[in-house]
Amino acid sequence: MDQSALLAVLLTIVTASTPLLLAALGELVTERAGVLNLGVEGMMVMGAVAGFAVALTTGSPYLGILAAAAAGALLSVPFGFLTLNLVANQVATGLALTLLGLGLSGLIGERFVGQPGVRLSKLHIPGLSDIPFVGPLLFGQDILVYLSIVLAVLVSWVVFRTRLGLILRAVGDNHASAHALGYSVVRVRWMAVLFGGALAGLGGGYLSLAYTPQWIENMTAGRGWIALALVVFSSWLPSRLVIGAYLFGAVTILGFFVQGLGVGVPAQLLSSLPYIVTIAALVVISTRRGRARADTPACLGQPFVPDR
Amino acid sequence: MRIELEKRPERSATMAWASPLIAVLATVVTGGLIFAAIGKPPLTALWIFFLEPFSSLWSLEELVVKATPLILIGVGLSVAYRANVWNIGAEGQFTFGALMGAIVPIFFNSWQSPLTLVAMLALGVLGGMIWAAIPALLKIKAGANEILVSLMLVYVAQLLLDWLVRGPWRDPKGYNFPKSVGFEDWQTMPVFGGGRLNLGIVLALVAAAALAILMRRTMKGFEVRVLGEAPRAGRFAGFSSDRMTLFVFLLSGGLAGLAGIVEVASTVGQLQPNISPGYGFTAIIVAFLGRLDPIGVVVAALMLAVSYLGGEAAQVALGISDKAARVFQGVLLFWVLACDTLIYYRLRIVRTAPVAEEGAR
Repeated sequence: MDQSALLAVLLTIVTASTPLLLAALGELVTERAGVLNLGVEGMMVMGAVAGFAVALTTGSPYLGILAAAAAGALLSVPFGFLTLNLVANQVATGLALTLLGLGLSGLIGERFVGQPGVRLSKLHIPGLSDIPFVGPLLFGQDILVYLSIVLAVLVSWVVFRTRLGLILRAVGDNHASAHALGYSVVRVRWMAVLFGGALAGLGGGYLSLAYTPQWIENMTAGRGWIALALVVFSSWLPSRLVIGAYLFGAVTILGFFVQGLGVGVPAQLLSSLPYIVTIAALVVISTRRGRARADTPACLGQPFVPDR
Repeated sequence: MRIELEKRPERSATMAWASPLIAVLATVVTGGLIFAAIGKPPLTALWIFFLEPFSSLWSLEELVVKATPLILIGVGLSVAYRANVWNIGAEGQFTFGALMGAIVPIFFNSWQSPLTLVAMLALGVLGGMIWAAIPALLKIKAGANEILVSLMLVYVAQLLLDWLVRGPWRDPKGYNFPKSVGFEDWQTMPVFGGGRLNLGIVLALVAAAALAILMRRTMKGFEVRVLGEAPRAGRFAGFSSDRMTLFVFLLSGGLAGLAGIVEVASTVGQLQPNISPGYGFTAIIVAFLGRLDPIGVVVAALMLAVSYLGGEAAQVALGISDKAARVFQGVLLFWVLACDTLIYYRLRIVRTAPVAEEGAR
């Protein structure tokens, strides 16, 4: 493989991994607070349609990014209200969120089907971006790629090195004790849910603004669910999440690459690769049962009603 | 002002009945607001959406046809969810059941016997069970999350179907359209009534009745409820949660597979890339709206069938997108879950934040 082909593959891997990393990072924070939000797919797809629509009408992909994050956070509000204030079942409410997001985005996005979108441009730093091979890879990505990495470092730092992170983990691991210490469990969880929603929205927005700048119904194609699996795969550690997301992006792109070589494999088999790899990854990571259980936030999925 | 929850001394029997009705009412109101927001006359739209399906015999029959797969899938899921086992991949089990059942018309096209259809249905059930056994066994043997695995398998099943009808199973005389051979008379469900109702609804009602008896009158039903509500107590009683996981997955998967083959052997009539408007996912809503009770599921399935029909009618009459139906279904599940809180809790609106409590922190 010559250098330019390798560069093209590597660049595509980055664009395939970024939406997964963004969405999974948000869910990681949500789950660290003890809330399992299965609505990632729905919040992502709302982010995708909102980002596309705003970028198209204003002509600014950056406003599109903001709209995508806002849409994701907005959709997480009913989830937060039901699960945190009304202590509804988190699994069922998360599913409802996904179904609602898929339906609502289809309804909103109908008029945008087939319209050419606004592409989020890649940054160009004079000098640095022009270095052969390394330049475009390290210094010529779009802003969301850098943001996803910065956020991963930031989340890792906040969760493990700050007081806020300590409170977050306390709420997720033992909500009764956190409550007894005087922290508002519900308030911390609300913030985590909104953060998760905003990042899922961003991940979706990346799809409709950078990955394939157009609107297609259900364009997230299960990436929200894959992001949920990535959180389990990472054992709730942001550093491992980065590795997982990029490994995952690489496997997906490798499928397309093999297809490009003209190997006689059905296209559908290659399309199903991400889902099969996800299942395999879940099995491998879960088999080390003791470890996986120790890493899981102890109160994940459990509702909390403060006693008075 | 804020809302506080106050736990009821015991679950409210009134609310157990009333909460799904409140949820439906709230959904209708929300629907009206959505119609107004997209610039359609809300009352007319609501009438067309929710009431017109009841106005003619044709649409009443159509309602039953649409409810059939929802009942079959929904009753199975209601038992699984009761056991606190989350099979959300019914859509995939539906698809795999459909393509297993279709083996008979595609490979044994000339086999004409009363047993043809029986074999198809049996293969459909088997297909659904096979597809559901994967997440169940991975959960039991490796501890893999059944929610994610069963959902991933939906995509795999749909891609498999897509490949088959475009490739090896494509009708050679079908002008290159992505579809299998059309099913013959003896390979489709017997019809009655005005010619649209088929044997599927009878199977669905039998399944609902059987599961209602299972849940209310048998030891197995008791085991499902105990393991779902108090898994620790269940284990002390000697119930195995691993065996329960496999049981409810095979049950709900088999019924979803049956729904799949019934659907392609009646309304669809052949294999093609799209064989379901999301019945496997809508059935999740059906299960919850029916309060995870097999009889409740039958009523709930009819209600959600209205949303499919109403969606089509509103599209024709007012140019409202057929996507609106899916929005309603999502909104409905939200309201159902919100109203379920009322069964165990009272809502109290506290007007001002008590000063003493704030100070005590």
